[in-house]
Amino acid sequence: MLLLIAGTMAVLLVRNLFVATMLLGIVSFTMALIFISLDAVDVAFTEAAVGAGISTVLYIGTLALVGSQEKDQPKFAAGPMVICIAVGAVLYYATYEMPPFGHADNPVQTHVGPRYIQDSPTEIGVPNMVTSVLASYRGYDTFGEVTVIFAAGIGVLLILRQRRRRKNEDDETDVPLDKGKTGRSGSLSGLGSEHDLIPHVIAKLLIPFIFVFALYVQFHGDFGPGGGFQAGVIFAAGIILYALVFSLDLARSVINEKVILFLISAGVLLYGGVGVASMLLGGNFLDYNVLSSDPVAGQHLGILLVELGVGITVTAAMLAIFYAFVGRADLIAAKAEQEKN
Amino acid sequence: MLSLSSQYPILVAIVPLMAAPICALLRGKTAPWAFTTITSACTFYISIQLLFSVASSGPISYELGGWAPPWGIEYVVDLLSGFMLVLISGISTGVLLYARESITKEVAPQQLGLFFTAYLLALTGMLGISITGDAFNVFVFLEIMSLSSYALIAMGERTDRRALTAAFQYLIIGTVGATFYLIGVGLIYLMTGTLNIADIAARLPEIEGTRPILAAAGFIVIGIGIKLALFPFHVWLPNSYTYAPNIVTAFFAGTATKVGVYLLIRFIFTVFGENYSFGELGLTDILLPLGVLAFLTMSSVAIYQTNIKRLLAYSSVAQMGYIILGISLASESGLTAAILHIFNHAIVKTGLFLSLGCMFFVVGSTYLKDLEGIGKRMPITTFGFVLGGFGLIGVPLTPGFISKWYLVVAALEKGSIIGYSLVALLMISSLLAVLYIWRVVEVAYFRDPPDSVVKREAPMSLLVPTWIFILGSFYFGIETSFNVGIAKVAAAFLMGGA
Amino acid sequence: MSIGFFNYWVFIILLMIGLYTVMSRSNLIKKMIGLSLFQISVFLFYISMGKVSGGTAPIVVENITDGVAPVYSNPLPHVLILTAIVVGIATTALGLSLVVRIRESFGTIDEDEILEMKDGA
Repeated sequence: MLLLIAGTMAVLLVRNLFVATMLLGIVSFTMALIFISLDAVDVAFTEAAVGAGISTVLYIGTLALVGSQEKDQPKFAAGPMVICIAVGAVLYYATYEMPPFGHADNPVQTHVGPRYIQDSPTEIGVPNMVTSVLASYRGYDTFGEVTVIFAAGIGVLLILRQRRRRKNEDDETDVPLDKGKTGRSGSLSGLGSEHDLIPHVIAKLLIPFIFVFALYVQFHGDFGPGGGFQAGVIFAAGIILYALVFSLDLARSVINEKVILFLISAGVLLYGGVGVASMLLGGNFLDYNVLSSDPVAGQHLGILLVELGVGITVTAAMLAIFYAFVGRADLIAAKAEQEKN
Repeated sequence: MLSLSSQYPILVAIVPLMAAPICALLRGKTAPWAFTTITSACTFYISIQLLFSVASSGPISYELGGWAPPWGIEYVVDLLSGFMLVLISGISTGVLLYARESITKEVAPQQLGLFFTAYLLALTGMLGISITGDAFNVFVFLEIMSLSSYALIAMGERTDRRALTAAFQYLIIGTVGATFYLIGVGLIYLMTGTLNIADIAARLPEIEGTRPILAAAGFIVIGIGIKLALFPFHVWLPNSYTYAPNIVTAFFAGTATKVGVYLLIRFIFTVFGENYSFGELGLTDILLPLGVLAFLTMSSVAIYQTNIKRLLAYSSVAQMGYIILGISLASESGLTAAILHIFNHAIVKTGLFLSLGCMFFVVGSTYLKDLEGIGKRMPITTFGFVLGGFGLIGVPLTPGFISKWYLVVAALEKGSIIGYSLVALLMISSLLAVLYIWRVVEVAYFRDPPDSVVKREAPMSLLVPTWIFILGSFYFGIETSFNVGIAKVAAAFLMGGA
Repeated sequence: MSIGFFNYWVFIILLMIGLYTVMSRSNLIKKMIGLSLFQISVFLFYISMGKVSGGTAPIVVENITDGVAPVYSNPLPHVLILTAIVVGIATTALGLSLVVRIRESFGTIDEDEILEMKDGA
């Protein structure tokens, strides 16, 4: 806990953005550990994969494009400080009448929660209660969540989409993007170095396992921690690793932007399609009971399908975002090259 | 097989939602537009059906996934949310009719599929917020709306690169607002153990005085206040509205902030109840001065703008001030005025932004200096703009007059010094509105157009939707039974039902 | 008493630091990092709510050996936070892509420097 506070203070104070990003990753990871101690294994899993994984990749990708040194800024901002202290004080004031931490007779534990804990194993038949609440009781929230990811993917594509396609794959060389500031060299799709044997061999060994693990997480989410979202992130991570080690163009030849756009949409449609199917069968939207003659089997089928939808959309959206960032780097590199000639 | 009409509550939200991924796959210049427009029109039709059935047979509840609330998520349509649904989908459809030619000037053709996808998602978000009966589900749909609107605003970047910074600023402030809302909901959940709005309302009275609930109310009001551009949290709005593509501005001006107001009304009256909100929380003392400050300062700031789009954006913040004032009066007539003004302002402002969009389409700028003599170059468009301007000022026969009339009545009901001074302040603010509209009129009619240009009107596909909104606003200003009727009944329901 | 609120207090401190970073730093990436911190702190708040002392993760334990039914922590906050994490990463991705474009068209990612420009919003 104290480590967390120290970490966040350091994020605030450190001036190198690269270091700040790493610290953010550490904070996320520490947070994930704390979540485990608070019994939230699913959340911990996700936080580790997202907070410490994907978001760090995104930050680093951005830093490579924009430079990593913050302007000198020792100034102390009084206004924001006052606001923060006010916000903190209100919350601190509120804590004194909060129900004590961890008591079993708090309203949170007594009102709505028990139903999920007591009845979900019989109503849904899935041991992981988080999955049953996520995909069934509050399945519509999860549908919204998939839509949020979909919206983010669409938004990033809208904002970053290349205006024109690269002329020729061969043209692609490492053009310094902004050497003075970043000290790194440009085109991210050149990142996969062709000569390093060790990463290639290790990646070749690892990547199949990553995919298998992702599939395990996807389909075992009913029983242990995991589910479509985590699986999607892991799957995307596998492909991103492949892209980083073997060059982006190879990854693109395996799964290109058009396919990705199709997949993002397909995931949302699959999820919604399950809902519509249950409507057509006479239930309410996302009422899985009607999907099969036996309600519990129907729930199983419904959860399996919507989790698959989540997994597909998340994988595709993460890849779309990654490709968009990398594509932008290529565009800048190409521009710089044009200006040189 | 159930009848289709029993599924209307969910269809209104998932029709645009499911259409969005399909739209993302469409190519070409017209296909995405046509698809989006048809979808929006379907939504409009469903909304009207819902409103009718609510008006005749009372609120509808729909259990998602077949789980009874508070365990599952519930959709609730009452008169107010039905009213919002009709308003949002109606404005969306009207703006879309206008969009086909207008948007080609501002967004690259190969981006159109994704652009309309984002548009549909924003529409989904707003409808979802209006109809849901679950406090956390509100957050999810709020984020769907916000994320797509950040992207839509950034699309103005082809015209002016400041659209990017505007979108970023909105993203930061908007996310802080949404997270504040999330903290507020968390505090309520901590105390009540439930997320269903009706269930929260039922359980709150026992623990009303406790500090966490007080803090929760504060966080929720501030969080929503940021989203609806409540003065002084409005800083993001003028930038976003100014630099976003025209149809996006027209769409959001009519709907996005109104959804925020809807949420605020929902929380003040349904969740916390007006006795707690205005008694213990003392929201009148907070919201009333903010509302007054909003319309006075923002109307004054609007006078000094050089860009008409920005001028209208400041005027929007000022109009929000009227709505907030109506809510803060804590009376049935005040609430009626607020609901009425949500509707009236939405129509008038959309019409204004659309006619401004016509000018942009022809001239390529919305700066006053580039629009000199526009009244002679584009007489039909400019006339429409002026009529819309009358609506903002509140000239009789316009809807602006109706809502101000109810606001004045509500203020007078308050009696005493405060009531009378409020009326005086309302008059001053209307005069300020006269001034800023006059600035446009002066430039449009009393300056000579540059010699080189010829008289040219905007194409019919732009003019017709614009005039639909302008004439529509007059219709609702004269034949007021629909909007006033619903506002009155909804206000009575909210005050009585809480 | 005091130890019972320790989690909430940590949440408050993290939240304040995050919010301060957002508001006081002019570097746009730093703002995004602050925003992430701000959101993470709220996750801690929700998860702390669901914890029951002596409880275990809400996954049904099949073979209960000592005959005592296990106490499970509340799964609902976990579900909510899963959604919130997703929203967080979505916001981060969109924000960072905006930063990239801002850097391309303005040549800087410092808010103060952008504001100093003639057409800097």
